[in-house]
Amino acid sequence: MTSPISPAATQAVAGRVLTQLSRDHRTVAMLLVVPCVLLTLLWWMFDGDERTFSRLGPPLLALFPFIVMFLVTSVTTLRERSSGTLERLLTTPMGKADLLVGYGLAFGAVAVVQAAVAVALTVGLLGLDVRGPVWVLALVAVLDAVLGTALGLLVSAFAATEFQAVQFMPAFVLPQLLLCGLFVPRSLLPDVLSTISDALPLSYAVDAMNEVQTAATWTSDLTLDVAVVAGSGLLALALASATLRRRTA
Amino acid sequence: MVDQLEVRRGGRRVLRGLSFAVPTGEVTGLLGPSGCGKTTLMRALVGVQQGVSGRVEVLGLPAGTPALRNRLGYVTQAPSVYGDLTVAENLRFFARLLRAPADDVAAVLEQVDLADHSNDLVNRLSGGQRSRVSLAAALLGQPRLLVLDEPTVGLDPVLRRDLWALFHRLAATGTTLLVSSHVMDEATRCDRLLLLREGELVADNSPQALLKRTGAGDVEAAFLALIDSRSDLTNAEVHS
Ligand SMILES: Nc1ncnc2c1ncn2[C@@H]1O[C@H](COP(=O)(O)OP(=O)(O)OP(=O)(O)O)[C@@H](O)[C@H]1O
Ligand SMILES: [Mg+2]
Repeated sequence: MTSPISPAATQAVAGRVLTQLSRDHRTVAMLLVVPCVLLTLLWWMFDGDERTFSRLGPPLLALFPFIVMFLVTSVTTLRERSSGTLERLLTTPMGKADLLVGYGLAFGAVAVVQAAVAVALTVGLLGLDVRGPVWVLALVAVLDAVLGTALGLLVSAFAATEFQAVQFMPAFVLPQLLLCGLFVPRSLLPDVLSTISDALPLSYAVDAMNEVQTAATWTSDLTLDVAVVAGSGLLALALASATLRRRTA
Repeated sequence: MVDQLEVRRGGRRVLRGLSFAVPTGEVTGLLGPSGCGKTTLMRALVGVQQGVSGRVEVLGLPAGTPALRNRLGYVTQAPSVYGDLTVAENLRFFARLLRAPADDVAAVLEQVDLADHSNDLVNRLSGGQRSRVSLAAALLGQPRLLVLDEPTVGLDPVLRRDLWALFHRLAATGTTLLVSSHVMDEATRCDRLLLLREGELVADNSPQALLKRTGAGDVEAAFLALIDSRSDLTNAEVHS
C-alpha cells in the first residue's frame, strides 16, 4: 500500500505502453489527427467569423484531448484486464501505483505531441487569436489530456467490459461538458448547477483556456485553474490506485 | 503449505477445507475435472484470489505477502502476454518488473524452445507457442516456486515431453513446482499428486502409492475408483 513509486517499474510500463501504441498506427493517427480535424471543422463552421472561433477555439482545444484520452485509456486498461496480463502484473513486485503512473506518463507523452500539433494548427494555420502566451494554451491542453487519462484509469477500475467503459463516456464526460461553461457561462448557471460545475475539473480547464484568451499575462486565476486541473488528475490517479485490487473474485 | 483452505466465489464454496503441503524441490501435479477448483486454488496460492479463509503459507510466508512476489512465477490458464509486442519485448518487460538480470531473457527463451521466434509478434504465433511465451515469462528471475495452470494444454507429445523434462530439471535445482492438468496421463510424470474433485481433496499421494492403494492400472482409473468409493460412502451414510 505504502510502497513508494519505483522509477524503474514506472519506466518499464510507460515504455511498454508506448511500444504497443507505436505498433498501432491507426490509433496514433486518430490521437493526433482527430482533434485537428474537429478544430478545422469548427473554424470552417464559423467561416470568417474570427471572434466566435477565437471564443470557442480555446475551450475546445481543452475538451477534445480530454475526451479522446479518456476513451483510449479506459479501453486500453480494460484490455489489460481481460487479457489476463493485469493478473500476472499484480503477482510481480510492481506496485499498483507504478502501473498507473506508467500509463499516465505514456499517455502524457502522447498528449504533449497531440497538444503541440493541435495548438500549432489552430494558432498557426487557422489564425486563432489569444491575448495570453501560446505555450499556456498548450500546457493546459496537455494537463487536460492527462486529466482525461487519469479519469479513464479510474473508471476502468469500475467497468467490467470495454462496452461498459465506453458507456462511461456519456455518464462521466458529457455532464462535465454541459456544465463547463461552454454553452452557458458558468456565472449564469442556476445556483445548484453552478455549485456542481464548481466541483467538476473540466470547468477549471475551460476557465483556464478563457483566461489565456483574455488576459495578456499569467494571472492568479490561471494559477488556481491549472492547480485544480493538475490536482484532480493526481487525485484520480491516487483513487484509481486505491480501487485497483490485487485480489479479485 | 495449506491448512483448512476455503474459498467462496460468487456465493458458492468453491474450495472446501483443503489441507496439504507441496514438497520443496518436487513436481506436484494438481489434477481434477473441469470446474473442480484447480485455478481457484492456484490463485489463492499466488495471492490474487478474494474470499479466502484458512491458512495459506507459501515458502514460509502468508500467501500474497509482497516479499513473495519475486520468488514465485505464475502462469495463468490463458496465456497472459501482450499480443502486440514481440516475444523478446514481452520478456524484457517482465524481466524489468521482476528485476531479473537481462540475460535471463535469452535463457528462458532457450528453455521453452522459442529462441527462433524472439522477434515475432506474439499475435502471429500459434496457440501453443503463445502459451510457451507465457511460461517463459514466469521462469524469469529463477523463482523458488512455480505455479503453472495447465501449461501443456494443446501441445504436441514431443513438446510436452520436453516441457516435463524441463520441469524436472528445474525441480532438481531446488525449485518447487505445482502443475495443474486435467489430462490424467500426465499424472505419472509428477513426483506427487493432488486429486481434486468439487473443491475437495480426494488424494494426496505419489502416483505409485495411488495406483497401489486403488489397485487401478492407471491414474484415470484410480481417480474414478476413488470417486466411486467416496460416493459409496456417502450413499451408505444416507441409507444408515
Ligand atoms: N469469477 C468467478 N466467480 C464466481 N465463480 C467462479 C468464478 N470463476 C470460477 N468460478 C467457479 O469456481 C469453480 C472452480 O473454478 P476453477 O476455475 O477453479 O476450476 P478449474 O478446476 O480450474 O477448471 P478448468 O479445468 O476448467 O480450468 C467453478 O465451479 C466455477 O463455476
Ligand atoms: Mg482452470
